[in-house]
Amino acid sequence: MTAGNSSSIAIKVSDLRRRFGAQQVLRGVNLECPRAQVTTIVGPSGCGKTVFLKHLTLLLRPDAGRIVINGIDVTGLRGRALNSVREQFGVLFQGGALFDSLTVFENVAFPLVEKTRMTRGQIRTAVEEKLAAVGLEGMGQKFPSEISGGMQKRAALARALIHNPNILYLDEPTTGLDPTRTGAIHQLIRQTHERFGLTVVMVSHDVPQVFEISDRIAFMHEGRMALNGTVADVTQARDPVFERFLAGRASGDEELMAAEKAETRV
Amino acid sequence: MNNPSGLDSPVRIPVVSPVERLGAYVLESISALGGFVLFLFFALAEIVMPPYKVRLILRQMRTIGAESFFLVALIGMFTGMVLGLQGEFTLRKFGSEGVLGTVVSLVLVRELGPVLTALMVTARAGSAMAAEIGAMQVTEQIDALTVMAINPVQYLVSPRIVAGVISFPLLTSMFDVIGILGGYVVGVGLMGAPSASYFNGIAQNLSADDIAGGLYKALVFGLIVTWVSCYKGYYAQRMATGVSRATTEAVVLSSVLILMFDYFLTSLLLK
Repeated sequence: MTAGNSSSIAIKVSDLRRRFGAQQVLRGVNLECPRAQVTTIVGPSGCGKTVFLKHLTLLLRPDAGRIVINGIDVTGLRGRALNSVREQFGVLFQGGALFDSLTVFENVAFPLVEKTRMTRGQIRTAVEEKLAAVGLEGMGQKFPSEISGGMQKRAALARALIHNPNILYLDEPTTGLDPTRTGAIHQLIRQTHERFGLTVVMVSHDVPQVFEISDRIAFMHEGRMALNGTVADVTQARDPVFERFLAGRASGDEELMAAEKAETRV
Repeated sequence: MNNPSGLDSPVRIPVVSPVERLGAYVLESISALGGFVLFLFFALAEIVMPPYKVRLILRQMRTIGAESFFLVALIGMFTGMVLGLQGEFTLRKFGSEGVLGTVVSLVLVRELGPVLTALMVTARAGSAMAAEIGAMQVTEQIDALTVMAINPVQYLVSPRIVAGVISFPLLTSMFDVIGILGGYVVGVGLMGAPSASYFNGIAQNLSADDIAGGLYKALVFGLIVTWVSCYKGYYAQRMATGVSRATTEAVVLSSVLILMFDYFLTSLLLK
């Protein structure tokens, strides 16, 4: 860690820009994610939030701008330095992204088997601890295809946590789940965050439910963070675009959704 | 989408006039070809980089090699049988039944063995490879490997290429042997060609160069099939038809390249 001022900010993004062909998807994103807080990124579909998250997880490289994670500028990193930054975070992908050919246990153990010199016994203990933390005790021998969508998300969360990262990224963690399971996964995310003291950055479409488990909200619109602050700040900002987005989501109003999509030119 | 070279997916250029459209098409094609070649380059570079994935290579050799054996044996048998039938029928007209063994063995070892084996393994293992890697791409499993600091090309592609390069010559050898026996059963057993001259002809006229040439071809085809199938799967589009399109393209492109390279390799080997 280089400077003292980086200690309270886990992730700092400045003026991040990225285009795909003719389409400018990220138009200068600025965001600060405080350490050990849950920051949730919301916004209409096609606004660039998934692309933005792929930059935070270092799967994509920006055209311009900077990302600083735990005091390290990761924008130009390659090779071993890049991999050492990757060890500091875990990622829960939208569909879980569990390996189909491996059991739940093998999936969770995979990063330890491939990247560490831990013994079988140590790996078993670590995996069982993480499976218990996500409520999947005794499910290790099942294959991903044999368990429900909610359980797949839990298993994927256990895998994302297995190397004890200090940052957790979640890409729409409740996609494809019913309202009951959505609530359960939200509670699990909050509990995990509190138990392990994680900095959580989540992309979500569950507005306004997700506000309950978030500390901060970033509203992404047309490739920028239109609003960004604590949940109270953002919900009381009376921003017309954000209000319209909330109304569209809450009522499921087709016209509003369509207008929203047309505006963001998906 | 994540990319081993750190490059972006092929250039997409906004188009206006027909001339610009043609130019954009040419640029996109060149960019795609460059990506295709770079993909192989990175995969080959990862083969020599530790950690060595012996277990993964053996597992792929089982899928590509051992599990294709019965199919290859069956096709080899029938190819040899039809060669015995056609060969004996034609040669009899010229009173040359004695050279049946030579004809069957040369045709199989130099040409049909490597080509038909490669086409059958493309249909069986190449398509499965493209579908499996494509599904992993579409469901973000490849991204998951990347964020775990595991190089997906080293983990998924390199072991398959090594396994292909080892398995194809082995399968081709078996195809040749079974085909020669099939030719014997039909040509000598059913059609009544002279038995002794069948194997004597092979012993006298099938040279080590013929055998080596056929195995060189098999080796190149093994590289082509695994390379194309992995590449098409790796760049499967994230949409409903992404995996099926990747699979189709892998089989078609592999087959076309096998037959094209067969011509070029033959013309090189005959010099």
